[in-house]
Amino acid sequence: MSSDNYSYRHWRSERDESGVVRLTLDRADSGTNSLSQEVLGELEQLLTVVEATPPRALVICSGKRSGFIAGADVNEFSAISSPAAALQLIRRGQEIMTRIEALPLPTIALIHGFCLGGGLELALACRYRIVSIDPSTRLGFPEIQLGIHPGFGGTLRSIRQVGPLTALEMMLTGRTLGAAQARKIGLVDFAVPERQLENALQGLLAKPPAIRQLPPAERMAGLALFRTPVALFLRRNVAKKADPRHYPAPYALIDLWRGFRGDAAANFTAEAGSVARLITTDSSRNLVRVFQLQERLKSLGKIDSGRPQAVHVVGGGVMGGDIAIWCALQGLTVTIQDLDKARLGQVVKRGQALFIRVLKERRAIEAALDRLLPDPAGHGVARADLVIEAIFENASAKQALFTKLEPQLRPGAILASNTSSIPLEELAECLQRPERLVGLHFFNPVDRMQLVEVVGMASSDPEVLARAAAFVLAIKRLPLPVRSSPGFLVNRVLMPYLLEAVTLVEEGVSPVVIDRAATGFGMPLGPVRLADAVGLDICLSVAGIFARHFATKVPARLQELVAAGRLGRKSGLGFYDYRGKESKASPGNSIPAEIGDRIMLRLLNEAVACRRERVVADSDLLDAGVIFGSGFAPFRGGPLQHIAAVGATTCVARLAELEQKHGSRFTPDPGWQELIRQQEKP
Amino acid sequence: MNNSRPAYIDGRRVYIIDTGRTPFLKAQGKPGPFRASDLAVSVGKALLARQPFGPQALDELIIGCVIPGPDEVNIARLVALRLGCGKQMPAWTVQRNCGSGMQAIDSAAMSIAYDRADLVLAGGTEAMSHAPVLLPPQAVALLGDWRQARSSAEKLRLLARLRPAHFRPVFGLLQGLIDPVVNLSMGQTAEELARRFAISRQEMDAFSVESHRRLAHAEDQGWLGEIEPLYAPDGRVFDHDDGVRRDSSLERLARLKPAFDPPFGLVTAGNSAQVSDGAALLLLASARAVRQYKLPVLGRIIDCTWAGLEPAQMGLGPVHAMAPLLLRQRLTPAEIDYWEINEAFAAQVLACQAAWQSDAYAREELGLEQGFSAIPPERLNVDGGAVALGHPVGSSGARIVLHLLQILQRNGARRGLASLCIGGGQGGAMLLESGGENGHEQ
Repeated sequence: MSSDNYSYRHWRSERDESGVVRLTLDRADSGTNSLSQEVLGELEQLLTVVEATPPRALVICSGKRSGFIAGADVNEFSAISSPAAALQLIRRGQEIMTRIEALPLPTIALIHGFCLGGGLELALACRYRIVSIDPSTRLGFPEIQLGIHPGFGGTLRSIRQVGPLTALEMMLTGRTLGAAQARKIGLVDFAVPERQLENALQGLLAKPPAIRQLPPAERMAGLALFRTPVALFLRRNVAKKADPRHYPAPYALIDLWRGFRGDAAANFTAEAGSVARLITTDSSRNLVRVFQLQERLKSLGKIDSGRPQAVHVVGGGVMGGDIAIWCALQGLTVTIQDLDKARLGQVVKRGQALFIRVLKERRAIEAALDRLLPDPAGHGVARADLVIEAIFENASAKQALFTKLEPQLRPGAILASNTSSIPLEELAECLQRPERLVGLHFFNPVDRMQLVEVVGMASSDPEVLARAAAFVLAIKRLPLPVRSSPGFLVNRVLMPYLLEAVTLVEEGVSPVVIDRAATGFGMPLGPVRLADAVGLDICLSVAGIFARHFATKVPARLQELVAAGRLGRKSGLGFYDYRGKESKASPGNSIPAEIGDRIMLRLLNEAVACRRERVVADSDLLDAGVIFGSGFAPFRGGPLQHIAAVGATTCVARLAELEQKHGSRFTPDPGWQELIRQQEKP
Repeated sequence: MNNSRPAYIDGRRVYIIDTGRTPFLKAQGKPGPFRASDLAVSVGKALLARQPFGPQALDELIIGCVIPGPDEVNIARLVALRLGCGKQMPAWTVQRNCGSGMQAIDSAAMSIAYDRADLVLAGGTEAMSHAPVLLPPQAVALLGDWRQARSSAEKLRLLARLRPAHFRPVFGLLQGLIDPVVNLSMGQTAEELARRFAISRQEMDAFSVESHRRLAHAEDQGWLGEIEPLYAPDGRVFDHDDGVRRDSSLERLARLKPAFDPPFGLVTAGNSAQVSDGAALLLLASARAVRQYKLPVLGRIIDCTWAGLEPAQMGLGPVHAMAPLLLRQRLTPAEIDYWEINEAFAAQVLACQAAWQSDAYAREELGLEQGFSAIPPERLNVDGGAVALGHPVGSSGARIVLHLLQILQRNGARRGLASLCIGGGQGGAMLLESGGENGHEQ
């Protein structure tokens, strides 16, 4: 083995006796490989060496256990100031990939772990790809989630490799593939156990595999004749999920493909131009921000000390059961306590269903079920590192439970409550050691809602809070530290939005119109439908608690519906009727702007109040919490980001108008003044 | 300690710390909701969850199992790993037919007595409803040829050789219940005993009715606290033995046809043990472990014996195993407070009682001067037995030991003797004492 003399920070270059050169990427400044400008710069130099003295073959692989390459360095995106600057960076990446592709020798990407975005584009520029079949192997193009599409030639090369239907589906959804799937669609040449990667490489060099033919459907879809109808079909599918005004990237990608011609150079130019345009849109910038906020939340859970191994959950209802199931899925040992064995049976059943859906492989499913122990007698308390209470919302019942639990807890154990409405301080009163009590507020459904509010009191032990956040991260959820105050962050911000929607219904506005106004803004679900999904009885009880703290009024309509047994989706009837086939009532053509303003401004006003009261530590965390906890339009970057884009002064003026018309619930929060001052600063 | 001496001679004392079993679920003619390893894991994790130590503190796990599934070959190791005992902990499976569960406890006790281990989880598991159904050998041979066939013509010739007999399945369970040496089914060995000791159909049926009555009574009294519920992946919860028939009566049983020697035989499905799925586990510890973890002691394993006899008379195995045990321990039957003899067949338990007190049997078969004093029926299988709750072969040996301990504790009694007959012509017996070091001793 010999290295060429040039020294590199991120790459290792080795030539073995048989004349094969191996380039190993091992970023010096990060635990994860990504294609930063520095990494690309070194790769350019390495390629110059390879081109000057061509080896027998070139292998590109990763020196990180975690995977191959995660994509471009997202943190460099914010430095891009203009489409012209973006274009320059993209062209540079494209040129590198083209140089790899043009090498007159076999080039092989040796892949384990994640191979995403720019990493997959690099792998596709190689002539061959060999992947490890380990479950951690994931290949895909997640760019669409950042409001862009592949730009280093990946759109062309993936379409050429697996055909337009499959490639576009991958790029439009951002879905990642496992090794077996990647092999099946022809994205990679071999999928072998990790122990066979080197043998597969030698075998491939000795006998290169034949070029794979695309399946007939893929070849047909690529023909000019069919391209327009296929593109139309794709656009229609995308339109069901993404509004072109909010998410231009998927539409740009489809148009880009439709415009591809025989001239590769022109196609690359078009690809670069499209990404350069997209990457500087507000939508993309906000989506990148969402990604960074997610990383920020993760960093809050990254501590070394004491990640819980054994969790005990009390309460086998929907929340308690789903928390227990999720913890077992994520590798923790879980005991779930409930007096009713039939409920515990239902927990096991739901667990089995989720484990099958997520884990697929029989042994893994069995292991997850083995980690989940129904524990009617509550033996698990004494052994647990973390005990989570998730019984019904009743302060004295919870206190009675805590009084029983506390003497059984082991010394370092954390006690947590999943309460969404009872002040933590009130629950802490009954404890000998209140400093180890935290709130862990999960959202329903646990397997889909990423956020968990980690609720602390003034008297909480900071180490306990840090360990609770570490637990949340360990079960692959995002921890948001919040101060104990009514509704915490997410419910508090959502509640005025829901109540305003109910008030609009009372005024005679159709729920369909209200919901359409919200989805038009970019909310994933309209407020009326959301209330139905949460359950109107729960909404009513939370609204009641809010009324005590914030002088809001509980709409009569909500009380009437609950009294009539119309509890929302779970009872088949709420504001909407869920008993038959879902009717697609049309909201009509024009939705008065005031409807959207009324529901959204109440949400924004409450967000400003939360910021003023420091319910969370800073504005970024507030945006992060509302986005991941409520699905708040990600392309707007969160409520405070949205206020900054619209202008705080504009928002306050509109609030004042609404206050004139509808009363004090629209009175601008005092917190707006600080935002206005901030924005006036240059 | 005046009249009893430790059997694990010169060995350390062996303490029973905790026990648990699954409900026994009657086989319904198709695979039940749990495999053998699922049963053992389910009760094992419930049992371990309430200990002051984690699964990794165990030194060894021993499981008796007669027919583990094809993917559960050393089932004990599989169970150990699924329980989270860690990769470093050894685990092994024992097979002595119906004695497997008791053999596991005996082996665990020896490991502790001879200072090889301090904490051992042992017992038995069996999912009889999952017993494999096989192809007949001639079909397997044909399959082998098919795999080697090169040409279509050859394959066609092989197809032409197929006969209906090739499709006749071989039920592994039935095969397992036939003694390969004397070519008698287990039920037929019970018929042999019925003739030898002149046991009538009515006596057998009456015994069976009583077994059901006793089990139902124990259930009503809450005396089956040893049961850890099973939770199936489909949401069903099983928390009691489902074989018990509260409506069992002589008239009902009289209607059943002979199952093994038709048309004139006496042994029916109703006076035989049921075919069931279930697991039973005991946690055994040395004095050192008891001190280290401050463990509560339920009782002690004192001694265990194994004996062989004529396979056609296998049902008398308990007599052959219990006799030397009492002699070795210098105990008289009167000093045994409670007895368990596994109810493989009503006829077989009745035959054991008859042989036990028979001077002729003692002289001819045991080489003793005279028989023993009778086992009082009100001290034998007081909470019913396998006729009512089933006989998952690998587990029963562990179940009778753990339940006997419950009976001793409930009655404030000291000594219990658990025994069972073993297909192939063997018997096993285990002597227990309830309470700990300072309980009834010294």
